[in-house]
Amino acid sequence: MYDIIIIGAGPAGMTAAIYARRASKSVLLLEAKSYGGQIINTPDIENYPVEAHISGFDFAQKLYEQTKALGAEFKFEKAVEIKDEGDTKTVVTVKDSYTAKAVIIATGSENRKLGVEGEDKLVGRGISYCATCDGAFYRNKVVAVVGGGNTALEDALYLADLAQTVYLIHRRDEFRGEEANAQRLRERENVKLVLNSTVTKLNAEKRLKSIEVTNKNGEVTELEVNGLFVAVGRVPENQNFASVAELDQAGYVAASENCRTKTPGIFAAGDNRVKEVRQLVTAASDGAVAATEAVKYIASLK
Amino acid sequence: MAVIEVTKDTFEQEVLNSDKPVLVDYNADWCGPCRMMRPVLDELAAERDDIKVVSINIDDEDELAEDNDISSIPCLVVYKNGKEAARNVGLVPKDVVIDLIGG
Ligand SMILES: Cc1cc2nc3c(=O)[nH]c(=O)nc-3n(C[C@H](O)[C@H](O)[C@H](O)COP(=O)(O)OP(=O)(O)OC[C@H]3O[C@@H](n4cnc5c(N)ncnc54)[C@H](O)[C@@H]3O)c2cc1C
Repeated sequence: MYDIIIIGAGPAGMTAAIYARRASKSVLLLEAKSYGGQIINTPDIENYPVEAHISGFDFAQKLYEQTKALGAEFKFEKAVEIKDEGDTKTVVTVKDSYTAKAVIIATGSENRKLGVEGEDKLVGRGISYCATCDGAFYRNKVVAVVGGGNTALEDALYLADLAQTVYLIHRRDEFRGEEANAQRLRERENVKLVLNSTVTKLNAEKRLKSIEVTNKNGEVTELEVNGLFVAVGRVPENQNFASVAELDQAGYVAASENCRTKTPGIFAAGDNRVKEVRQLVTAASDGAVAATEAVKYIASLK
Repeated sequence: MAVIEVTKDTFEQEVLNSDKPVLVDYNADWCGPCRMMRPVLDELAAERDDIKVVSINIDDEDELAEDNDISSIPCLVVYKNGKEAARNVGLVPKDVVIDLIGG
């Protein structure tokens, strides 16, 4: 049995592990993909205190080394269920199950899908969720970006430097993202705004060939594109844990600043929790709070 | 064995004409998830002598990437007897890579 099992080895989970290990608790981190979380996708972090510039990869690597050196154990298995057995909790993974006195859920968030038929099959064959990752494949090609927030605007600007034509498709006629970015886009000749419209169909043969866009009057237009970049936000993935941790409507764990869920001994930390600012520094902060709360909880047992 | 770097000049010989299944890792230096993937590939190359593990840098080998329909990385493709047998886009843990290679 472990003292604390942490689900998710992103910035929140690994910070929690650091605090728990420094309090001499045994720690198992369960991670579905690889340590680091979402931040590994970014080439440059400029707002984390102390380091003026660091790549997401280096950030993840350093955090991992620090966590590992303190003696936290990592297993690369996706957690699918938490069973509350009172003073012990069992975490079931795709491979095995593990018990602990306390559990910290630090599962972060995932790219939101468009929800159009065929999307999953076309990931890597025309559909992407990361312009800075995959933009290079679309040099001088025709691409579309879907979304109206800052990520979508920044993606469209980034792609405008590479691609021949960039369609920016948004379901409203105003963008949620910064006006400065929207203005820069309007000035780009190769950017075409497709407003009040949603993507309703993906046409593909082996790879994406074209998309159908429906506007608010119900008119359908077919756009030939080589690539479609989906930038419609992120979503938490906590449904498997809903029986032990109350979720809000959007699926975020309803835990306050003290990171406690409705179940004693189960805590939530990071982007998966209801909060205003989802950043590295707030994820790390949650990790510290959740681990400290978990240590207190363990001391209160027996 | 170590991971072998493959170019368009060696692709046919190393990948298509290989008598063992080949796990191809399409990657780039600037791609964080690709760099996270790499230790798993190094481990598999060292542990498994029934397969060959190769790496293709998509910036240097853009023709290979285009010819093989790569448009998102990291992308792992398994070739058996010169044909694509399986493909995965995105960062995955070692167990998933082992499943992808299959029997
Ligand atoms: C492109 C990009 C750029 C960004 N740039 C910045 C920036 O410059 N500055 C900044 O402060 N923030 C930035 N952010 C936001 C920052 O990355 C997040 O706020 C932070 O990573 C949240 O940390 P987390 O640990 O809560 O979640 P995540 O980083 O999402 O980590 C969660 C981890 O849990 C794992 N997981 C999920 N479900 C399970 C499960 N069931 N079982 C096991 N493991 C599971 C996931 O695989 C993942 O590794 C950026 C985000 C993106 C996407």
